[in-house]
Amino acid sequence: MNFDDYCGVWVFIEQNDGKIEGVSLELLGAGRSLADKLQVPLSGFILGDGIRSLASQVIAYGADQVYVIDHPVLKHYRTESYMKGVIHLAQNYKPEIILYGATPNGKDLASAVATDLNTGLTADTTMLDVDVDKRLLEASRPAFGGNIMATILCKKHRPQMATVRPKVMKALAPDSGRNGKVIEENISLKEEEMRTKVLQIVNDVTKKTNLADAHVIVCGGKGMGDLQNFQLIHELAETIGASVGGTRDVVEAGWLPHEQQVGQTGETVTPKIYFAIGISGAIQHVVGMKNSELIIAINKDPNAPIFDVATYGIVGDAMEIVPALIEQFKSLRTEKGGEVSYV
Amino acid sequence: MHIVVCVKQVPDTKIIKINPKTNTLDRRSAPAILNPYDAHAVQEAVKIRAKTGGSISVLSMGPPQATAVIKKSIEIGADRGYLLTDRAFAGADTLATSYALSKALERIEKDLPVDMVICGKHAIDGDTGQVGPGIARRMDIPPITSVIEVTEVNPQEKTVLLKRKLTSGYEFIKSEMPCLLTVEKEINEIDYSPMPNMIKAARYEPIIWTVNDLENVERTKLGLKGSPTIVGKMFTPPRPEGGKKLEGTTSQQVSQLMEILLEKKDLFTISKA
Repeated sequence: MNFDDYCGVWVFIEQNDGKIEGVSLELLGAGRSLADKLQVPLSGFILGDGIRSLASQVIAYGADQVYVIDHPVLKHYRTESYMKGVIHLAQNYKPEIILYGATPNGKDLASAVATDLNTGLTADTTMLDVDVDKRLLEASRPAFGGNIMATILCKKHRPQMATVRPKVMKALAPDSGRNGKVIEENISLKEEEMRTKVLQIVNDVTKKTNLADAHVIVCGGKGMGDLQNFQLIHELAETIGASVGGTRDVVEAGWLPHEQQVGQTGETVTPKIYFAIGISGAIQHVVGMKNSELIIAINKDPNAPIFDVATYGIVGDAMEIVPALIEQFKSLRTEKGGEVSYV
Repeated sequence: MHIVVCVKQVPDTKIIKINPKTNTLDRRSAPAILNPYDAHAVQEAVKIRAKTGGSISVLSMGPPQATAVIKKSIEIGADRGYLLTDRAFAGADTLATSYALSKALERIEKDLPVDMVICGKHAIDGDTGQVGPGIARRMDIPPITSVIEVTEVNPQEKTVLLKRKLTSGYEFIKSEMPCLLTVEKEINEIDYSPMPNMIKAARYEPIIWTVNDLENVERTKLGLKGSPTIVGKMFTPPRPEGGKKLEGTTSQQVSQLMEILLEKKDLFTISKA
C-alpha cells in the first residue's frame, strides 16, 4: 500500500428524505480544519435518489468538492447498496481520511465499508485532530470507563476512518458564495440484486424530542425516591421545554421507558444544558452525558461523583430545590408573559 | 432453522469501580457478565425458535473463563455453544475480531448451515457496534443493525421481516436469509430461565476451539497483528468549566442557579405565547 496515493479528507453526507443530517454538517466543519492542517481538499460524498441539488449546501458548509451518486436504488439507506457506492468512491479516489456521523446508518455503513477496505475504524469519536508530519488521524473517544480518553490511530492502513458523535463538532456558518466542484459518479446497481427491501419508514412523533437531539435535558436518578417524586422531573422539563431522561436504575424500576435512558447502555447525549437530579454519577451514566455543555447536578451526597463532571452543583434535597426552580420559572413566565423556551 | 448468536463476556460496568489515582478501571472490582445486549440476542433467538423450530448455537471469543457466558446463554435457552480461545486471538480490534468469528462461523456452518446470525447492538466494554456488520460482510450476508422487532420469520421462503430503529423513528425491512441482525435492548424482555435450562447449563461443557480448529486462517489477520487500530495515548479530558458548588440556603442556591441559566439567553427565552 503506497500511502502517497491517498490524499484528502472526506465526509459522508447522510441525508434522509432529501434533508442533510446535522452531524454531517458538523463533520464538514471539523473536516475543514483537518484538511487545512494537512493542506488537502475537503470533500463531501452523498448518495441517494434525486439528491444532486444538495451538493451546493455541502459546499456552502465547507467542502471543496462533492462526490454525488444519484440512483433510484439508493432512495432509502441500505447497507448493501450504499456500501457499494462508498467502496467504489474510496477505491477510485483514495481519500486518506473518511469521517461518518455516529448515527445508526452512519455506524452501519462505516462498519461494513471498513471490513471491505480492510482498514481501521474508530467508533463514536468525540475529538479529532491530525498529526501533520505523520499524516495520522488522531481520533479520540472516551476509553472504557473513567474520566479518560483514548486516542486511536491507524498507522498501516488507508483510508483512516472514524464515526463521530453528533453534537460534538461545530458546523461552520454556511457561505453560499463558496466555490466547489461537483463530481457525479455512476455505479451499476440493480434492485433485483438487493437482498433487503425497505418497506416503510415511520417518523416517530410520539416522542416529543429525540433525546440525542435535545438542547435541554432534565435527567432523574434513583435518588428521586419513587415514581411519584419522579413526576417533579417531568414537571421541571415541561416548564422549561426540556426532554426527560433517566438513569439505568430508573428505567429498570419502570419509571421511564428504555428509549429515555441516558448512559452507556442507553442514549449518549450532548445537550446545551443537562440537569442531573438525584443521580450519583455512576460511570455508565457519566459516559452518556459528560459531553454536555453545561451540567447542573443536584444531589444530597456532597461526595457523589456526579459533582466531578458537573459545571455547577447543588448539594441539597431535590424535593425542595426542584419545586423552587419550577416556581421561579413559572413566575418568570407570568411576569413576562408567554413561555420559556429554547430558540 | 439454525441461528447462531455471537456473545461476549464483559466486566459489569454497573458495578465496576474506578481507581481514583490512576483514573482507570479496577477490573478486579467488576464481575464478568454476559454482555447485556447479547442476552437479548439469545432471548430473541429463543423466541424465534419457539415459532420456527430448529436450534440455536452460541459463539464467543475470549479467555477460557468466558465459558461462563456460554453457560449463561444455555440457561436462557441456547442448544450448544462454542468458545474460541487462543493467545493468537488476543488484542484483536473489531476488524480482527470479525475475521476470527467469521472463520468460526464457517466451521460451524460445515456441520449445520446457518440461517441467521444475531449479535447484540454493541458490547458495553468496547462500545463500538462494529463487529456484527463486519461478520456479515465477511460471510457476504446482509447486516441489519439496530433491530427492535423481529416481526415475522418465514423459514420456507427464507425471508424475515424486521423493525429497525432510526435516528428519529423506525423502518420495516424485509431481508433474505441468511442474514445478520444486531439487536437493541427493547427488542424483548429476558424471561426467567426454566429449571431444565438451569440444570442443562450447570452440566454443559462448551465446545472449545483454538486457532488450529479453524480452517484456511491467515494468521496475520488475527489478534493484535491483524488489528489496524491501536491506542496511541490515554489522557484526561479537559474538565467542564468549573465544578463549582453553589452555596447558601436552598433559596439562595436556586436564585444563583436561575441567574446562571438565564445568562444563557439563547437557551431560555421568554416568548409571548
